[in-house]
Amino acid sequence: MSTASNDSFARVDARVSYKTPIVMAAFALVVGIAFGLFGKPEAVTFQWSNPEDFIHIPDFVVASNLVGMVVGVILLIIAALAFVRARAARTTPLWLNLIFGLFAVVALLGWLAAGNNVPFAFILGNAVVLAVPIALGAMGGIMSERVGVVNIAIEGQLLTGAFLAAVVGSLTDNLYFGLIAAMVGAALLSMVLASFAIVYLVDQIIVGVVLNVLILGITNFLYSQWLSADGQNSNFPGTFDIIPIPGLSSIPILGPALFESRITTYLTYLIIPALWFILFKTKLGLRARAVGEHPLAADTVGINVARTRFWWVTLGGVVAGLGGAALTIGSVGAFGRGMSGGQGFIALAVVILGRWHPFAAAAAALLFGFSIILRVWANQVSPGIPTDFITMVPYVVTLIAVVGFVGRVRAPAADGQPYIKG
Amino acid sequence: MNADSQPTTWSTAAKEIVSGGAFRAFLSVILGFIVGALFMVFSNEAFLNALSYLTARPTDALGAGWTAISDGYLALFRGSIYNYQADNFVAAMRPITETLRFAGPLIAAGLGVALGFRVGLFNIGASGQILFGALAATWVSTRMTLPWGVHLVVAAAVAIAAAAAFGALVGFLKARTGAHEVIVTIMLNYVAAGLLTFFFRQDYLLREADGGGTPKSDAPAETAQLPTLFGDSFTLHAGFLLALVGVVIYWWLMERSTIGYRFRMVGHNIDAARTAGVNVSRTFVYAMAASGAFVGIAAVNQALGARAGLTPDLDGSIGFDAITVALLGSSTGPGVLLAGLLFGAFKAGAPAMQVIGLSPEVTGVVQGFIVLFIAAPPLVRAIFRLPPPQKSTVIADWWVGLRKKKVAK
Repeated sequence: MSTASNDSFARVDARVSYKTPIVMAAFALVVGIAFGLFGKPEAVTFQWSNPEDFIHIPDFVVASNLVGMVVGVILLIIAALAFVRARAARTTPLWLNLIFGLFAVVALLGWLAAGNNVPFAFILGNAVVLAVPIALGAMGGIMSERVGVVNIAIEGQLLTGAFLAAVVGSLTDNLYFGLIAAMVGAALLSMVLASFAIVYLVDQIIVGVVLNVLILGITNFLYSQWLSADGQNSNFPGTFDIIPIPGLSSIPILGPALFESRITTYLTYLIIPALWFILFKTKLGLRARAVGEHPLAADTVGINVARTRFWWVTLGGVVAGLGGAALTIGSVGAFGRGMSGGQGFIALAVVILGRWHPFAAAAAALLFGFSIILRVWANQVSPGIPTDFITMVPYVVTLIAVVGFVGRVRAPAADGQPYIKG
Repeated sequence: MNADSQPTTWSTAAKEIVSGGAFRAFLSVILGFIVGALFMVFSNEAFLNALSYLTARPTDALGAGWTAISDGYLALFRGSIYNYQADNFVAAMRPITETLRFAGPLIAAGLGVALGFRVGLFNIGASGQILFGALAATWVSTRMTLPWGVHLVVAAAVAIAAAAAFGALVGFLKARTGAHEVIVTIMLNYVAAGLLTFFFRQDYLLREADGGGTPKSDAPAETAQLPTLFGDSFTLHAGFLLALVGVVIYWWLMERSTIGYRFRMVGHNIDAARTAGVNVSRTFVYAMAASGAFVGIAAVNQALGARAGLTPDLDGSIGFDAITVALLGSSTGPGVLLAGLLFGAFKAGAPAMQVIGLSPEVTGVVQGFIVLFIAAPPLVRAIFRLPPPQKSTVIADWWVGLRKKKVAK
């Protein structure tokens, strides 16, 4: 099965793999035929920006089936590029995959909105806001797994953060206290995970699942016994104000979507590159990765494996707790029963889909955020479309990615394995 | 002191019992109930009021606290085991039958997850497998007309086969591409949910006749319904018996069969199993198929035990409860049976707790703490100052001796 040694030699005796171009070509044909040849001839209006924006880009009106055909051809060209690279035994770079995905999305939007508008800024802005909890949960997961502790408890951490942010924010009447409480609470949960995994050597996956069950039980109980009766005092926090960043928010298309948001979103923008920098450019990150890859070697050169793991997992909890706060006070305000709704598990998938890398994981999180808003929006513009299939798209894409593109992803070598100092 | 330096057989046996997994599971359950009691007390209004004048009259707070606990757990008892306040026999006995009804799918799905654990596979996909199995079963039970008896058997077999196929897909993908089963099962849960909703929403597929926009199926045809066990006054149906049969099959499969031995080999040490000539890839596929098949029994319970149309939330929380059932039952057949009964009782007791104004979610808290204590043996050992796991085998020897005697006779 997947042995680490096999993969590390993959570059030396790389086999020619046509998996990526074949999947791409199949997608391209689906787009070209379904959205193009059999597409709808109605006009679709791509609204790049709002009329009141600083720099207004005029709307772009085009027939829906033309978009499908043109994009289908572009996608075929990209697939051909990937095929050429594959013949030279080279892999398809990440940016080519991303461009491919972006074009496919444009075609899907154009097909869905035949005879209607595509409000680009609205979709992108909402996708970002919806992606924030998933992305932060995934960052917490990356921090934990990079040092070798599998974190299934992201769901519980998000739920803890969401609950504490709403309740503490309401009781103290100060959202920043709520934010801090969310981070501290999720960090405490992480400490439980860390001590069980590192000190007691309990199976990490099992502890994670157990913590999820526990948090779901506790928050459900407190919600139905306390919050639902006393909502005005204890579950009415409001949300952070939307702060447009001067200058950046007037960039066409991206500005209003990315830089007219709440503090939770901005913190996410800071955390993702910061995590990348710390992990890959600092001594601290090198040590952390060493602990996750080869704890014995790390121990031999004098790194305290247990302590490193404990603090990275705990700080991962802080980040995931922030993601939980984004669910309540960074988005809708009040806490709802089981409101994380599986996003922690999505974050778990995002960690793997993003190959334990902050930027790739953030892109994957955006995919899920996008799919959520796409479903809502598609319901409005074309009620006839079976939205259940659109609901499934991100999960199917993840499946294909995990099975096809990523293949045998290489987790940190010591991920999930306790280290017993001998 | 003497007993310590020269342990008798009895004290060794006692030590084996208190350090063993079954005793620890029992203590975990007790601890879970204690923590649940604390939650009941501290969310009780009378207690919190009495707390404000605690120093003046501490007995008030104690009394209120005790009332909160006893009321809560007595309601759970009335709702799940025996209703001593009922007017007639049927109403008094209904709670226990409700417990069994809720326990059926929990036990079955718990067996599926447990089988995965024994092979070293973590099947979070019970929810998706239930939905997929129920989708297939609903097709047979609402869109086909078959004679009485045959209809039920076909529907149940199709459900189990569909769930097994859905599970085998996970095993296949893992064996073939190395995709992690946790991710694949999570994704397939959502895919199954989307697929089922789609089928239940389209009138040319499975939507109920004259249905509106909400996704819902017809009730299963009467010929395809699982028959009730004790007449029409009880809702308990034959699905529970299927779950019991599942427990027996599970025990035989894991403890007595060759394939089960391979499963356990892979679970214990994958490299050793491969060296010994076990085809690990194929074992993954078989194991996930078997896991899905057991979960399929839960799908049969949900899809054919129903008397009304099904909705996309037909799996309830069974998929995830199954994980806790498997953990509490330490992945053995009898353990899963007992754990399923306990969690079934929690579900059955909910309405009775609601009646006295206590949120039935408190059982979720109890459930959570039970599995927390189960998952951390050192924690329970520290709380009760239990001895560490024993290497002696007094009880096992005695058991083997007993069986030998029987054979000799």
